[in-house]
Amino acid sequence: MHSSTSKRGVLPGFGITMGYSVLYISLVVLIPLSALLLNSTGLTWEKFWDVATDSRVLASYKVSFLTAAAAGLIDTALGLLIAWVLVRYDFPGKGIFDAMIDLPFALPTAVAGVSLTAIYSANGWIGSLFEPLGIKIAFSPIGITLALMFIGIPFVVRTVQPVLQELDAEVEEAAATLGASRFRTFRSVIFPELLPPLLTGFALAFARGIGEYGSVVFISGNMPMKTEIAPLLIMSKLEQFDYAGATAVALMLLIISFVLLLLINSLQRRVRKTAK
Amino acid sequence: MKKVLKQGFVAGLVLAVSLVAAACGNTGSGAKGADASEANTGKAKEVNLLNVSYDPTRELYTEFNKAFAAHWEQKTGQKVTVKQSHGGSGKQGRAVIDGLDADVVTLALGYDIDAIQQAGLINEGWQQKYDHNSSPYTSTIVFLVRKGNPKGIKDWDDLIKDGIEVITPNPQTSGGARWNYLAAWGYALHQNNNDEAKAQEFVKELYEHVPVLDSGARGATTTFVERGLGDVLLAWENEAWLSVDELGPDKFDIVYPSESILAEPPVAVVDKNADKKGTREVAEAYLEYLYSEEGQTIAAENYYRPTLDSVKSKFKEAFPEIKLFTIDEEFGGWAEAQQKHFSDGGIFTQIYAPK
Repeated sequence: MHSSTSKRGVLPGFGITMGYSVLYISLVVLIPLSALLLNSTGLTWEKFWDVATDSRVLASYKVSFLTAAAAGLIDTALGLLIAWVLVRYDFPGKGIFDAMIDLPFALPTAVAGVSLTAIYSANGWIGSLFEPLGIKIAFSPIGITLALMFIGIPFVVRTVQPVLQELDAEVEEAAATLGASRFRTFRSVIFPELLPPLLTGFALAFARGIGEYGSVVFISGNMPMKTEIAPLLIMSKLEQFDYAGATAVALMLLIISFVLLLLINSLQRRVRKTAK
Repeated sequence: MKKVLKQGFVAGLVLAVSLVAAACGNTGSGAKGADASEANTGKAKEVNLLNVSYDPTRELYTEFNKAFAAHWEQKTGQKVTVKQSHGGSGKQGRAVIDGLDADVVTLALGYDIDAIQQAGLINEGWQQKYDHNSSPYTSTIVFLVRKGNPKGIKDWDDLIKDGIEVITPNPQTSGGARWNYLAAWGYALHQNNNDEAKAQEFVKELYEHVPVLDSGARGATTTFVERGLGDVLLAWENEAWLSVDELGPDKFDIVYPSESILAEPPVAVVDKNADKKGTREVAEAYLEYLYSEEGQTIAAENYYRPTLDSVKSKFKEAFPEIKLFTIDEEFGGWAEAQQKHFSDGGIFTQIYAPK
């Protein structure tokens, strides 16, 4: 008893907080996920394998993961830039600019999809500029990536911003007085601090992109084998009351995503450890 | 430390399970209580109906519900409020299966109601319960083209000519679009002495002319109208007329092909829900009223083809007569069509299979 008291943290009530965490995760994550499995009556191992390795399903995984990864990477670069501007500089309208970052969270994704398609389709403002160059943005993987970039950008900005705020300008000044170039200061002093939040931001944007449905269906064109995303195939199977097939696609998607996120998280932990 | 952790874990789990149980229990008993009181008083002063329908019937049922409420109150003195729910036909079917408390369903295709029947909510033989395969109004698949029909599209075989782009949703995600596909198939079959291989070739070629496969009919209409993609939109007759109404007759023309499919959007009472809620009588009257002179007129005014002869002749001008084939005579019903064309490995999926 004595030893457990001495180990307690500042806040009391480990039992309650842990209990609440388990309750929350059970209700919101574990039970719905197990329902996914329970719902799959009639999903035999063969059926699962048949569906999950069907060429059209595999093509949709490829589209989903590649576009989500591309969008995540671009978001990471752009997000760092935006966070940097927001933290380091003062300019008129900064508050509004800052608040606008979160808009993709609030906007129904279907609205985002429809507006992006309107702008980037061959007869839209921007799409019509690229059309003569032979570049199709809407109804191509580029369009999907664009929609996912829109959905994912706040994740990167909001994870990098607080870390950047904590970063002391004095450290940079010290580096400068020691003769480090601007690039060297960024590479050896600032970047190592920012790498963990950047990885987190990337992981969040990436994960969000894999599951995104609402905005992508409008801009992707949904062509099988080319621009069809995995979540659309799930909807397509549900539309035919093929619950087992839909579960198979979802399960595979879930497993791959989980493994990838696990990898990113462990990478992030390692980075954090070496940084300290 | 370990003990506390374990206790917390167990407590959380117990709480989670009991909360879920309580939530389930609550909705169940709450609904039952309300139903019992209604059933006991015989005919309640007011009754609520929920009509779960598909997307483009919104205006039709807003109008029809008013007419039916007036009719029912005059007949029985009872006030009836009909609530409407609209969405993709398959999605709506799933919602009912998963527990949406619909008294009646009015969906885009029999296949979706069959699925509700298989879930045990609707009695077998629902499609024989009302006239015309339980489809009080019908429609067909027509072509919406740009004003003046610049590409000269007259019939189905014009769709696979060089340089023609066709907009139609993915029949696997859009129940309504399955009629589009089947209409093309039926046409090709008749043109080629019922040679299935030729028909398959025709639909394959047709879908190679489709640059964007939208997930639903609304999306396809947006692609055609707003994005300016494609030369022709395959659409339900009623939706084609609605588009022309909304977007201006100076922009689009409707072309009737030489033949097409008779689209039968059927209706059914959700037996289990109606019996549980004690609304069977009014629910059946509601669907029967769709077949009345007034119901048929409202359907016709909303561009659905009426089935009642007197209303048919009144709206003769509005619905050009073309050769129409049905899903039963050409495809042996929905179950068979679904299996053969749209299931995994079906003919439609083979179109996109890598060579």
